[in-house]
Parts: sequence; structure tokens; C-alpha cells
Amino acid sequence: MKPNSSTNSQSVNSTVGGAKRPPRIPIGHWLGVLPFFVFSGLFLIGPTLNLAYRSFEGLDGGLTLNNYRQLASDTVMNAYGMSIKISLTTAILGGLIGFLVAWVVSMGGLPPRFRLITSTFSGVAANFAGVPLASAFVFTLGRVGLVTALFKAFGINLYKSGFSLYSFLGLTLVYLYFQIPLMVLTILPALDGLKREWREAAENLGATQIQYWRYVALPVLTPSILGTMILLFGNAFGAHATAYALTGGLFDLATLLIGRQISGDVLHNPGLGYAVAMGMVIIMAFSILIYSVLQRRSERWLK
Amino acid sequence: MTTSPASATVTVKRPVVRNRLVSWLIFGVVSLYFLIPLAATFYWSLRGMKDVLGFEAYRKLFADTNFLPAFSQSIVNAVATIFLSLLIVVPTAYWVTLRLPKLRPVVEFITLLPFVIPAVVLVFGIIRLYSAPPLLFTATYNSSRIVLIFVYVCLSFPYMFRSVDNGLRAIDVRTLTEAAQSLGANWGTILFRVIFPNLRVALLSGALLTFAIVIGELTIALYMAQHTLGPYMSDLTRSKVYEPSAMAIVAFAITWAAMGIIDFVGRGATRHVQMVEAD
Repeated sequence: MKPNSSTNSQSVNSTVGGAKRPPRIPIGHWLGVLPFFVFSGLFLIGPTLNLAYRSFEGLDGGLTLNNYRQLASDTVMNAYGMSIKISLTTAILGGLIGFLVAWVVSMGGLPPRFRLITSTFSGVAANFAGVPLASAFVFTLGRVGLVTALFKAFGINLYKSGFSLYSFLGLTLVYLYFQIPLMVLTILPALDGLKREWREAAENLGATQIQYWRYVALPVLTPSILGTMILLFGNAFGAHATAYALTGGLFDLATLLIGRQISGDVLHNPGLGYAVAMGMVIIMAFSILIYSVLQRRSERWLK
Repeated sequence: MTTSPASATVTVKRPVVRNRLVSWLIFGVVSLYFLIPLAATFYWSLRGMKDVLGFEAYRKLFADTNFLPAFSQSIVNAVATIFLSLLIVVPTAYWVTLRLPKLRPVVEFITLLPFVIPAVVLVFGIIRLYSAPPLLFTATYNSSRIVLIFVYVCLSFPYMFRSVDNGLRAIDVRTLTEAAQSLGANWGTILFRVIFPNLRVALLSGALLTFAIVIGELTIALYMAQHTLGPYMSDLTRSKVYEPSAMAIVAFAITWAAMGIIDFVGRGATRHVQMVEAD
């Protein structure tokens, strides 16, 4: 890498400035990455840092931790609590079901074509969040949805027996529609990474299939599975559009609470709104951090 | 078809055959969960006219005076986003691979940020920073629209960077660059006539993924009061009965098309690479 960069840099400079310069990193080289940093600085990092700064501003100006103390209020805690509950549930369920599906299509004895269909469909479904997904479930399990009507035909009134699409259970069902595919997409390559030799070695040593999974495959896969589940957690935790479309933004979720705070200071304290937003960023940052640590660990074996 | 190492392992793992019934069962149940909502939505979308199944809901949707403007606006936004994102990400990924490897961790960190900052938090920050006097970028509808596109560009970084980076790893950038340079090519020529064409597949997947994400984006467009497809769809679900089902099917078809092309083109590329390796 190193020795060549000097010759490259000279030729770049001759096109940019015309003059030959010493083979250090010249200004011209930074031009290629400058737009990237300008854009992310202005439209990604800057706005977030501004929120971070203002989350420490008190109602009467001046810096304070008061906003963060107020996160303990019922409104905020209910929203965070529900967000975490839904994210955890859909991460664990989505993770388990997604893993089963990935396992089934990659080594469960189904024709190879099913694996291809599954991974393509997962790509679609993982990106099918938002309004259309919410609509699809309204037409399926809403008050007049097809499945609701079907149940009614068999004498079961879903909505009278306590089910609602606009509840924790309903939202969980909807979120799984993009959580399971995301799990499938990220865990399939990990399953592919299981080496044939490991299974053969285990079998030669007299291991049963269960023993192979218990002592070889699962320990190797665990960081991937856990890591992806944490990714799923973050994916659900930051989701706004689907829940907004489904509930009109009125459900108790952290993202929806921020949405209401944007439209009209529902918390009656702008600073608290910023603190709620920063709380989300911190939780997201943690989950992404743990995800990447686990991902790196799993690469030790699966590569 | 049997190109990936996975399909090789499938044929080897014979003992699993007795589990096949369980496999089919799992696959079947999960498939039902994924297909029923689509089927139900499609069924509803055919019921636009009383007592007859037909495409009335689709006709009404396309005839809605707000639909086409919202749709075309979203398409223009998506295309502008892709164009800008390519212009920014390709040089960045190229430089980071070839000339400034030390910057790689920083760039990778920044491309992770859209996952760390939820869209609703980002738009919150954008509005609070750019709708007050010192930096009043959101004064008019059109200036807001430009900000929206710029935000989309940032959101596309993770997908675009990863695609382009993978693409660059697959080709020998250094040799290509040096060959072009020794033939007297200048910067623009190297980028546009050597690097870009070799990255076609990578660029296309990044672009289509970005398209799929931007085209129906709701959260940011909603709070920036943009009349794009996302907010339009959201209004539609509240004001109409059958059209939302037609809309959902159209949206699904768009996503499917984008992902299908990525898969198709990607598989072609893998085959090509393997043929080259076989030589």
C-alpha cells in the first residue's frame, strides 16, 4: 500500500495543481472525501449534536441536568417502557423464528430453490416497513380485516376477546414482518460459515446431531445470533413510520412521543423533548456497539 | 445455481433428511404469516367496486389528483438522492481504499450513524437547527425539499458505502488506476470511465436499495411537511377505504422490483467473477 501512494499522489496533484509536490498527503486528496464529511456534518452529525447540547438547556436558559432527571416522569417512562417491551419481544421472537427459517432453508432438506426465494423475499419484506405494511395488517387483522372476518365466520370475535391490532400484541405481530426477514438475511451467511469439516469431525468422534449442535454449531453461532437480535432490538426501537401509520401517532412509544413533541410541545418542555431524543440515541448507540463487538467476535470462526 | 458454498453443504448433510417434515412444517407456517397479509390486501384491493372483483381501486388511486404529484415528487427525490449519494460515496470509498486508509474507521463509523440516530430524532434535530433564523434552510417548500434530499443522501450512506466498498474489494482498484494513469488518463477519466463501469453492479444495488428506502419514506418527509408518497399514503389510509390496499400492493411491487433486480444482477456478477476465477 505505502510505496505506491506517493506516485499516485504526484499524478493527482499534477492534474489538480500542475506542480509537483512532496509525497505527503496533499490537500487534493482530501477533496475526494470532503463532500462526504460536509454532508454528514451538516445533515447527520450537526443536527444531532445540536439536540444533544440543547438537551442540557433549562427552561430559563443555562445548562442543567434537569431534563434528564425528568425522564423519570410517567409519560416518558411509559413510552420508553413500551418501546423497550416491543423491541425486546420482537427481537427475541423475530430472532428465534428467523433463525429457524434460515436453518430450515439452508440445511433442513428443502430444495435449494426455497433458499433463494426466502432470501429474495426477506430482502423485500425487511424493506417493506412503514405505511404499506401497516395497511396490509389493517386489511388482515383490523376490525374488518380478512382474517378477523374469517375468525368471525367460525364464531370467534377477535376484538371482543381482547385482541387489537392497535395494541402491544398487534404491533408485535406487525413488527415481526420486518424483524424475521432481517434475522434471516443476517444469519444465513453465518450458517453458511459453519464448516463441513466441523460436522464431519464431530460425527467421526461419534457425536450425535444434537451433540454437534449443542457443542459445536451453536457456540460458534451464538455471537452472531445474539448480535443480530440486538440489531433487531435497535431496528424496532427506532421504528416510527409503521407505528405512526397504524395508530395515527397516538400509541405510547418513544418514537411517537418524539413525533408528538415535534408537532406541538406535548411535554411542555422543549428541553425534555431533546433529552427523550438523546435517550433514544444512547440506547441505539449501545445496541449497535454491542452488535458490532459480537459481530467481530463471530467473524473469528465464521469467515 | 450451485455457486455458493451453502448449496454444497446442503447436498452433503444427508442425515438431516428425517427432519424434512419438520422443515416443511416450519417453512409452511412462517410462509402463511408472510403471505396472508399480502393476500388479504390484494383481495381488498380488488373490491373497489360493489359486488364485483376488479381493478377499480387501482384506477381510483391513479386517478386521484394527489397521487401522481406525490409519486413523481418522490421519484425525483429518490433519483436526486441516488445521484448525489453516488457522487459523494464513490470518491470517498475509492480514496479510503486507495489513498487514505487511515480514514476508513472514521468513514465506517459515520456510515453507521443513520442506524444509531432514529429517523424521528434526526428530523427533530434538522427542524430545530434549520428552521430558526441563523440557519433558516426550511423557509420555503422547495428549500425544505432540498434539505430533505440532503438528509436522504446521508441516510443512504450505509447502504451505498457498503455496496461500493464491496464492489471495490472485488476488483483490483490499484492496478486499474495505475494502468489508466500510465496510459495518461486524468482523474475524471479514471473515475468515470474506469472505476464507475467496473462498479456497475455494486452501484446498481446501492442505488436500488436507496430507491426502495427513499420512495415511500414517511417520518422525515412528514415532519418537514413534504407532499411526497409517504405522507400521501398515510393520509390515504385515513381518508379512503379501498385505495390504501391498492397503494400497499403497488408499494410492495416497487420494493419487490428493486430487490429482485439487485438479486438478479448480483447473481450474474457472482457467476462472472467465478468464471474469471476458474480461468
